[in-house]
Amino acid sequence: MIRLLFAATLLLVAVPTTAQDKLPPAPYAYRQLDDPQQEDSAKALMDTLRCLQCQGQAISDSDAPIAGDMRNQVRLRIAQGESPEAIRAWLVERYGSYVSYKPHIGLQTWPLFVAPAAFVALAALVLRKRFGKGDSA
Amino acid sequence: MSDTSVPLVKTSGLTLWLPLALFSGFVALVLVGLLRPASREVQSAMIGKPLPAFSLKPAIPDIPGLAHTNFVGGKPRLLNIFASWCVPCAAEAPQLEALRRSGIEIDGVAIRDTQADLRLFFARNGNPYSRIGADNVSAVQFAIGSSGVPESFIVDGRGIIRYQHIGDIRPEQVEIILARLKEAEH
Repeated sequence: MIRLLFAATLLLVAVPTTAQDKLPPAPYAYRQLDDPQQEDSAKALMDTLRCLQCQGQAISDSDAPIAGDMRNQVRLRIAQGESPEAIRAWLVERYGSYVSYKPHIGLQTWPLFVAPAAFVALAALVLRKRFGKGDSA
Repeated sequence: MSDTSVPLVKTSGLTLWLPLALFSGFVALVLVGLLRPASREVQSAMIGKPLPAFSLKPAIPDIPGLAHTNFVGGKPRLLNIFASWCVPCAAEAPQLEALRRSGIEIDGVAIRDTQADLRLFFARNGNPYSRIGADNVSAVQFAIGSSGVPESFIVDGRGIIRYQHIGDIRPEQVEIILARLKEAEH
């Protein structure tokens, strides 16, 4: 009985083994910048950057070590006075526009912006044709 | 509404069938997107660009650290991003050893690693690296556009990144790496 209790207690205090590193998080992974304004602009940027491992999440929303390291990069660069858009450009230069959640008009994305306008124009044209004719008839 | 039915009868086959064709096209697009296996690999956009400037401290004291200057002037080298806590990294160790034995210089960047863990990893899997830099906040990893471990980059003698291999190098892929290294000589 005592042995069983002992085993049960051991289970309670067992440390789960993971395929993660043992290093503590990077300095600014979970620590906000001292200047609230700088932290605000860092947060806004981190909300629109994709975590490279957990690809459906923003880096501000993920506990993956690589997301922590990315937040560290962002906060350090903001603290050094780099502009958020320059940091985004730095990352896009390395990972492509995939890393950024912010919509942008480019070679691949322009149809997304043009298509709705084209459909509205088409609908307007069709409606005018129908009802315009109806009125005149 | 009888007057509107008159032009409808006159409409050509195109206007009649176009909506169905568009809808079928849309369904086909959705099916392709749903059924194609998703690729989670993030290609580095740094291929063809110079290796960014960096300088990393040695990850273990008896092997020198790594800087971008180590890649300039000489043969193409393999830059391997790895970690002792990464299982596929252990799986690719024999392949790295094979590359080293065929005369390739391999430099390592250890991501978020400790000396004790690295020693244990090398005792188990062997150490193919000429230099190992310690990247404890993944800074060099971001600088070269790498998104995980293991990844291998071929850097030519002028310090230009020429090729990226994502994931562990499998036995059948050693030939590809050797061919790419050969290509990077010119």
